[in-house]
Amino acid sequence: MTDLISPSPTDDSGAAPSDAAIGVLKQTISPRQMAFKRYTNHRAAVVSAVALTVIVIFVVLSPITARYGVNEAIFKAEAGRRNQNLPPSSQAWFGTDANGRDLYSRLIYGTRVSLVLGLFTGIISVAVGAFVGAIAGLKGGWIDDLLMRATDIMLALPLLVVLVIVRGALRNVSWVKVIMGESTSVRFLVVLLSLIGWMGVARLVRGQVKQLKEREFIEAARALGASTTRIMFRHLLPNSIGQLMVALSFAIIGAITAEATLSFFGYGPDAGSGMTSMGLLIKDSKSAVPAGYWWAVVYPGALLILVSLCINFIGDGMRDAVDPKMQVDA
Amino acid sequence: MLRFITRRLLWAIPTLLILTFVVYCALRLSTDPLASYARSNPRLAKQPAKRAQYIELNGLWPGFSGYVRGYFHWLGGFLTGDWQPSIKGSRPVWPNLKEALINTLRLGAVASFFGITVGLALGVFAGLRPGKLRDSAVNTGALIGFSIQPFISAVLLQLLFSVQWAKWFGDPLLPTSGMYPAGHQGFNLVLMLKFMILPVIVVSIQTIASYSRYMRASLLDVMSSDYLRTARAKGISERQVLVKHALRNAMVPIVTIAALDMGFIVGGLIISEGIFQYPGMGLFFLTAEGNGDFPELMPWMVIITASVIFFNLLADLAYAWLDPRIRLD
Repeated sequence: MTDLISPSPTDDSGAAPSDAAIGVLKQTISPRQMAFKRYTNHRAAVVSAVALTVIVIFVVLSPITARYGVNEAIFKAEAGRRNQNLPPSSQAWFGTDANGRDLYSRLIYGTRVSLVLGLFTGIISVAVGAFVGAIAGLKGGWIDDLLMRATDIMLALPLLVVLVIVRGALRNVSWVKVIMGESTSVRFLVVLLSLIGWMGVARLVRGQVKQLKEREFIEAARALGASTTRIMFRHLLPNSIGQLMVALSFAIIGAITAEATLSFFGYGPDAGSGMTSMGLLIKDSKSAVPAGYWWAVVYPGALLILVSLCINFIGDGMRDAVDPKMQVDA
Repeated sequence: MLRFITRRLLWAIPTLLILTFVVYCALRLSTDPLASYARSNPRLAKQPAKRAQYIELNGLWPGFSGYVRGYFHWLGGFLTGDWQPSIKGSRPVWPNLKEALINTLRLGAVASFFGITVGLALGVFAGLRPGKLRDSAVNTGALIGFSIQPFISAVLLQLLFSVQWAKWFGDPLLPTSGMYPAGHQGFNLVLMLKFMILPVIVVSIQTIASYSRYMRASLLDVMSSDYLRTARAKGISERQVLVKHALRNAMVPIVTIAALDMGFIVGGLIISEGIFQYPGMGLFFLTAEGNGDFPELMPWMVIITASVIFFNLLADLAYAWLDPRIRLD
């Protein structure tokens, strides 16, 4: 999973000795290697990549790392020995929730759902956005105008309002259920978030394509008789791959936080189906506040902050890596 | 200039009409007003005569043509001030909506003033020494700020300043919900500000993060410009160079971004208002949405879209006014 959104740390360390050899052998390094080098110079981005990898490993190995099941109480409640809302202890490292379930294990299961949801939404959004944006940027004309006006409006309205209204509308159209499933399913949420998420990517890619299509190599390709499709897929998109990776990282974290926001206000996926998500855990923290169960508030919140921080830093590092103009060299 | 404003204002009318039609269809589909009516008034909805009367009054005819007819029915009522009462409780919509709008503007004004001022200061602080420690500190801080979602900071602040504080010191330091204590009547500035502190902090975290980045980028852009070199060459003090030339020019894009953000404020405080139960536009939306209250949501959406369009226009005007190279006509 990390390979998609960030260069994995092993690649970086592998690039270092060849980099040291540059001066001696007078080798040239490819733009990709240069980008890797710039990425490794961004210390926070490297640390984030490592941290995210650790989180992903924890999540992938959930049968080993989680201590209890999703809906399993840490022990059976008896008279005089309750299992709800227990503070952190050796039996439950992060305490238990209102149903006596281990928060630490539930955080792992919740992160799993949120990461998968984020990844799927991110990939769909970027794929659709790149396609539409490339066509609009390349063709211009009314397609371009329509895209810009339509996304102007959607992006101008508060995201939560758009999501809530579109969610309600889709829920009430009978044939949508065939494609998207129940409105409380994760699939529904992925489609819903992708329906909004592609717009930002499309605008980004459109801008990039508009810049690129004036460049000489596109003109050369056109002079050689390349078709628009070929120019788009063989020249424009490969040259925007860096920007697309950056967009992907921001789309992933955007989807994860959007799920959390929706869940927080009760529009998220259903908890009853034997799974949980970061958003649902944070939603539970709302009711834990007045009672002062600090562990139920602090740990889920800290985890979401940590995950978004990692992905934000990775995105920032990649942006510096693919677009050196943005970077200020120390 | 005048021609530009009139043209844009005239353009705003069809834009608003199309937009409200789209919103009308989406909202009717989304809230299903008839079902909400049946839910809130089960006894009345069972009588076919009452039900038919409700459909006629609100223009809730079925089918696509029903939506089009219903839209014009709604538009006529909206423009002539003949607004339908809310579904839940049959209250008039406007007094509550007006109250919510005023409350949100209060909170939004305080929050954006505080957030933008601090953000700009940090951006200048960072942008003056690019690449140095303070620059990377502000940059990293901004990314951390972006990563702290408002609903997380809100529950954490509530926990710290109210619940835990009461545990440690006997009394909560700050109130966690509402605009005034329960049962309070009239206006009280000190109380109001006290209730505003936590929501303002929550909103400001993101504002500070984004404005410090904008300001830094804008300042760096200006710093490498030719006219700054000229200003230095003619021998004025560095302070004058910064204040009169660099900061002034760096502010141009910021002002337009701020104008765009103002349009966002009206509807953009939903998360913090929802958590702190602050009786503004955001809470109004969440409550009305929860009730499926179509007659309350439609005017709300009109205010939101109109403010977005209006502040878009204002941003364009501000840009042209501040940067004489841009001609509007």
